[in-house]
Amino acid sequence: MDTLVAQLQRQFRDYTISLYHQGFLDDQFTELKKLQDECSPDFVAEVVSLFFEDCEKLIGNMARALDQTGNVDFNLVGSSVHQLKGSSSSVGAKRVKGLCITFKECCDSQNFEGCVRCLQQVDIEYKSLKAKLQDLFNLEQQIVQAGGRIPQVDI
Amino acid sequence: MTKEIADEVPNLAESKLTALVVDDNFVNQTMHHKLLDRLGIRNDVVCNGQEAVDVHCSGRNYDLILMDMEMPILNGIQATKRLREMGIESKIAGVTTRANEGDKKEFMEAGLNDFQEKPLTISKLLSILHRLDFYVQT
Repeated sequence: MDTLVAQLQRQFRDYTISLYHQGFLDDQFTELKKLQDECSPDFVAEVVSLFFEDCEKLIGNMARALDQTGNVDFNLVGSSVHQLKGSSSSVGAKRVKGLCITFKECCDSQNFEGCVRCLQQVDIEYKSLKAKLQDLFNLEQQIVQAGGRIPQVDI
Repeated sequence: MTKEIADEVPNLAESKLTALVVDDNFVNQTMHHKLLDRLGIRNDVVCNGQEAVDVHCSGRNYDLILMDMEMPILNGIQATKRLREMGIESKIAGVTTRANEGDKKEFMEAGLNDFQEKPLTISKLLSILHRLDFYVQT
């Protein structure tokens, strides 16, 4: 019969794989994990937290800029989208990055409805990723508290 | 971190290389700072091209500068030109998300020694160091 640690490790492995297969994460997240070590054991969580703060700030900027009915500064919106694309790319947030590419195209063509749609989708997507990564970090904690090691997952 | 990963990453601390990260995005700043740390390269971080110029005016110097392109106040192209005009001979590697050929050409002509697309990884950073003769890949 599986021990609790083995069950949790299997759950962690399966959940991690599903995040990649469903397109929430890409290889850059793997690169991020490589940078975590004994000197900075919470590095991934810290960077991811910074990313989500960035999302909130930039999405707020975009919303305010798009709220200027009839006088939208698409360059301003595009600048925030570029920033978000950069940071989502750096942490491996694949779906958010993909949406930013579409969003930037809408900004460049001054497509207001397209921008509004993209903004809504980006907001949903980053919140969804935030919840999933929180679940992943919770699983890590449970494994450690149960006396186990976090398994390396090969994607 | 597993031993296998630790074995793959060279430690360049003995080379006493120094680097400056120039990027306005906190996530990228954190990543690039950590990447350099991991390779044993002491590094500082500034938020835009103007701060990069200011830090050199204060007398600091670095072997390598990782320069983002799009930044407020003074962007990477302008900052690179300014640093070269000041006589700064550090190796400057432009790092940016996918830029069109025109932007890349303009960035290179500003005085870059190398160019790499973001996101940076350990292997991309090692490629930069190798191309700029800071590291010999075995």
